[in-house]
Amino acid sequence: MSDAALPRTDTDRSYWQRNQQTLAPWLFLAPAILFFAFYVIMPVFQSFNLSLYDWDGLGTKEFVGLRNYEDLYWEYKDGDAFYTSLQNNLIWLVLYLLAIPAGLFIALFLNQTVTGIRLYKSLFFFPFVISQVVVGLVFTWFYDPAFGILNVVLGWVGLGPVNILGNEHTVTYGIILAGLWPQTAYCMILYLTGLNAVNPEQIEAGRLDGAKGWRMLWHVVLPQLRPATFIAFVVTIIGALRSFDLISIMTGGGPFGSSRVLAYYMFEVALSEYGFRMGYGAAIAVVLFAIMMVFITYFLWSMYREEKR
Amino acid sequence: MFPTPLEKRPASAKTVYQIVLPLALIAWLLPLIAVAVFSIKPAADFTNANYWGMPSSFDFFENYGQVFFNSDMPRYLLNSVFITVPTVIGAVTLSAMAGFALGVYRFKANIWIFFMFVAGNFVPFQILMVPVRDLTLDLGLYNTKTGLVLFHIAFQTGFCTLFMRNFIRALPFELIEAARVEGISEIRIFWYVVLPLMKPALAALSVLIFTFIWNDYFWAVVLTQGPESQPVTAGITAFNSQFRAMYHLMSAGSIVAALPPVAMFFLMQKHFIAGLTLGAVK
Repeated sequence: MSDAALPRTDTDRSYWQRNQQTLAPWLFLAPAILFFAFYVIMPVFQSFNLSLYDWDGLGTKEFVGLRNYEDLYWEYKDGDAFYTSLQNNLIWLVLYLLAIPAGLFIALFLNQTVTGIRLYKSLFFFPFVISQVVVGLVFTWFYDPAFGILNVVLGWVGLGPVNILGNEHTVTYGIILAGLWPQTAYCMILYLTGLNAVNPEQIEAGRLDGAKGWRMLWHVVLPQLRPATFIAFVVTIIGALRSFDLISIMTGGGPFGSSRVLAYYMFEVALSEYGFRMGYGAAIAVVLFAIMMVFITYFLWSMYREEKR
Repeated sequence: MFPTPLEKRPASAKTVYQIVLPLALIAWLLPLIAVAVFSIKPAADFTNANYWGMPSSFDFFENYGQVFFNSDMPRYLLNSVFITVPTVIGAVTLSAMAGFALGVYRFKANIWIFFMFVAGNFVPFQILMVPVRDLTLDLGLYNTKTGLVLFHIAFQTGFCTLFMRNFIRALPFELIEAARVEGISEIRIFWYVVLPLMKPALAALSVLIFTFIWNDYFWAVVLTQGPESQPVTAGITAFNSQFRAMYHLMSAGSIVAALPPVAMFFLMQKHFIAGLTLGAVK
């Protein structure tokens, strides 16, 4: 293209000068691609391969074909750890999405101009900046049956004491609530930014047409917030499937393994005191990957459509 | 503006709002406020079951002094710094180059390489865990900060490249065209034309990656052990078993561990939010 504009002829110039527009992108990409291929792309395939082996991490690998997956199937059938993990992953996925409406709600609440509102917005966003390790710790104490503030409050209204994290029927919900705290903050900031860019003329037009409250939100504002909703959806789904830190800190998968999710169960199988069953762990990771892949494909497809436009 | 601005509503609405706002904030941050209060209480309050009453004395200096002078905490904090800072520099450098390549040049593989970075960025950690741990062991980098840094750089490059590429796409392309007509080499275009324009993106990404890496727990547990190389997120669990049931010290420790990203956020708020909400607006 611009080559034609250059006064010199091709033969005067070095190979690099003649081809730099084709070579330069690869030169710039090389380090990133190398790192990424080495540490991210290759390991994915290695894990797939490893899931066909029985391996304790040290000795020789023994090829077992699909037996690891067969074992997982039986665990599923018998309602064992794998079943619990899968079920909890599903609960996480569904309930974690509550962060999106909750974030929208807080964003709408904070989208005003009173003195100090900027500081309020920052402070509401606070939980997202803190490490999940600390969030987990904070919520463990929040729920503590002996002194947790939750039970203090329940005591005021004559309820209680409940041991959320000690009960296998409530533990997962308790952890998800802790996870929703930072995630809601994240969605809130996405929506606050989105609300900032909402077209005021359309709002005014809506008002003239008599739309207010819910109808205005649903028909005029939300369509304009679509990009924010999309990103909130992506990060929340990924966050739900990545849940590990909170479970590890708050319960260690307990009580009786009832709060495990695939991510945590995989870690337990492959690297904890329950033994180093790398191949089996890899098989669990492959299942998690397959679930994630459904969403990744959808996200990429959405992005691809955007690119085409 | 939606919802209706308070100025256009009855004066009472504004009063109600101004009363509800601080209450809502306190309720929202209640778990954190509790920890902050815990961290200045004396040990005696916990043995006397005075959990939620007024602190019987103000023990800020005693408690935080313990954390800083009588535990491995400073060590862990320092490790976190030595893990986080090189990762930020590495990931931002690699992705600035990759983002430039994907944002400026049109070639066939472009979109596929871009999607490789995006997809890799969403992959669950667990599918990388065993091979990455093996790789790190083979390189002799297990339980070293370098091992963690190398992996973090590689993984964060995915997200950063996505970010950089979209940012560069939004820059005026005529600038690059003009430079090419002048006969400026591609490398110089990157360095003298594009890079100066990318400062906001570089700042936003640095702050974001700093926070992500500082708060990483999973890889810290998988690739390191012990105070010589573990970052503060993993160290806090060791710290907590050292001071088991000493809630005042555990609280102080948690606050110390959480503080650097919080400080970063408040200092660089504009960049942080710009980075986080990229793409949330058209």
